[in-house]
Amino acid sequence: MRRRGWLVFAAPAAALFLAFWLLPMVELALRGASPVDGHSAYLTVVTAPRYWRSLFNTVALSLAAMAGTLLISLPVGRFLAWHREFPGRRVLVGLLMFPLSFPGVVVGFLIILLAGRQGVINQLSQWLTGDSLVFAYNMGGLFLGYLYFSLPRTIGVIEVAAMQLDASLLEAARTLGASPWRRFADIELPALRPALIGAGAMSFATNMGAFGTVFTLGTNIDVLPMTIYNEFTNYADIPVAAALSIVLGLATWVVLFVAHSLAGSNEGGAGA
Amino acid sequence: MNTLHSKTDTRLGLAITLAVAAFLVGPVVLSILAGLTKNYFVGISSGLTLRWVGQVWDMYDATIWRSLIVALLTLVICLLAGVPAAWVLTLHRGRLARAFEELLTLPVAVPGLATALALIISWGTVHGLRTSTLFIVIGHVLFTLPFMVRSARASMTGAGLAVLDEAAATLGASRLQRFLTIVVPNARPGILTGGLTVLTLSIGEFNLTWLLHTPLTQTLPVGLADSYASMRLEVASAYTLVFLLMLMPLLVGLQWLAGLDARRAAAGKSA
Repeated sequence: MRRRGWLVFAAPAAALFLAFWLLPMVELALRGASPVDGHSAYLTVVTAPRYWRSLFNTVALSLAAMAGTLLISLPVGRFLAWHREFPGRRVLVGLLMFPLSFPGVVVGFLIILLAGRQGVINQLSQWLTGDSLVFAYNMGGLFLGYLYFSLPRTIGVIEVAAMQLDASLLEAARTLGASPWRRFADIELPALRPALIGAGAMSFATNMGAFGTVFTLGTNIDVLPMTIYNEFTNYADIPVAAALSIVLGLATWVVLFVAHSLAGSNEGGAGA
Repeated sequence: MNTLHSKTDTRLGLAITLAVAAFLVGPVVLSILAGLTKNYFVGISSGLTLRWVGQVWDMYDATIWRSLIVALLTLVICLLAGVPAAWVLTLHRGRLARAFEELLTLPVAVPGLATALALIISWGTVHGLRTSTLFIVIGHVLFTLPFMVRSARASMTGAGLAVLDEAAATLGASRLQRFLTIVVPNARPGILTGGLTVLTLSIGEFNLTWLLHTPLTQTLPVGLADSYASMRLEVASAYTLVFLLMLMPLLVGLQWLAGLDARRAAAGKSA
């Protein structure tokens, strides 16, 4: 077939990917397996409780931030989808999407301005109650940072999905006497399911690997990206850092893959 | 006509939407104010000043230039490698092609720390590379290439390009000729969107860059992290302001392209 002749055009991208990502990744995985003091770094990682705690913290926080993001994005996305024309809509959408391009470091700094020692929340609290309220430099701040990072992305995805919802279904359900709540739970939610799964998975994956936000908020927050960084720079324990990176990468990829197939199978089911 | 959704539903939706907008924009406004006030702790009443912005320029101007150079180099490589790859992926929709596309997106899905560590382990020992800005460019290309491929491919599909290409082939045009005179011009909107996305992502990239940089190859986000950790709040804010100003034209361009795309789609439908 004539199209085969084009395959050379993919060679540069394939070469870049192979040389600078795939092979280095294989080497990273092997480095984690190379024995130190008689056993591989993977064994060290799997048997040491502190790494388990770090992984547990990361997964729990990523899940919580994902759930929070979805819970908040759902009403916002629906509202924007159902009200396509009102004064100020363009500005509002612009404001909601503006932080889309902020890197994690900047998000961390914005959280400090919000909930840090010189933050507005602390100033308000001191003015109102006399007590200080600072939670930027721990898990609370990180949770807020992940919300900030994921909200614009998730709202966009849910809005698009809600726009494509067939309004005649909802009308039919209303004619048949279904309450607003039933219409939401039985028609809207199932229709939005693929979008919710997809956006949730993206949010979870970003949270798992987010490093910039943690780095700005405080290096003593015990999450896996910070642990990897510490092993690498402070202890120069490259095998352990490599093993942890592989564990983190695999965990993230598995979640994305499962979510991808879940959302895909649902789409197929809806069409059948 | 919106009786489909109850009044409480609408009111709740509006309230949450406004609250989210305040949460997202409030801190940005605070940051801009802090970067322009003489003393943030005292408040705006202490007066406005450009002193902090000036100080940022004196201390960190090298990081700003380096970020621009890294972003441009990344863009060039992404164009040279990504646009041809997008065309191949448009023509071939088999299982192998889809697996390749899936593989290309792995550097985005896998945490940047892992990618950076892998690069350092296998390429860090190559003479001169570890200390060169090129090392950061390599990392950025891995991270941004999938975005270029995806948006270039989006404007290649469906436009009847494959038919045009075959017609030109029967007339004796070479592959490179056809690619440059038929495929690229017709895919311009997607390539442009991809290019702006690549620039935006590269200028803000931190996760990879923090491990890949050396004291002599600091980029803007690396400098930002440094100022957040060691500078007074006003300087850090002024630096953030400079960063936002750099992003602004790219974001406006992306918005404009998206609007153009929507209008074109609407025109296509009504025609």
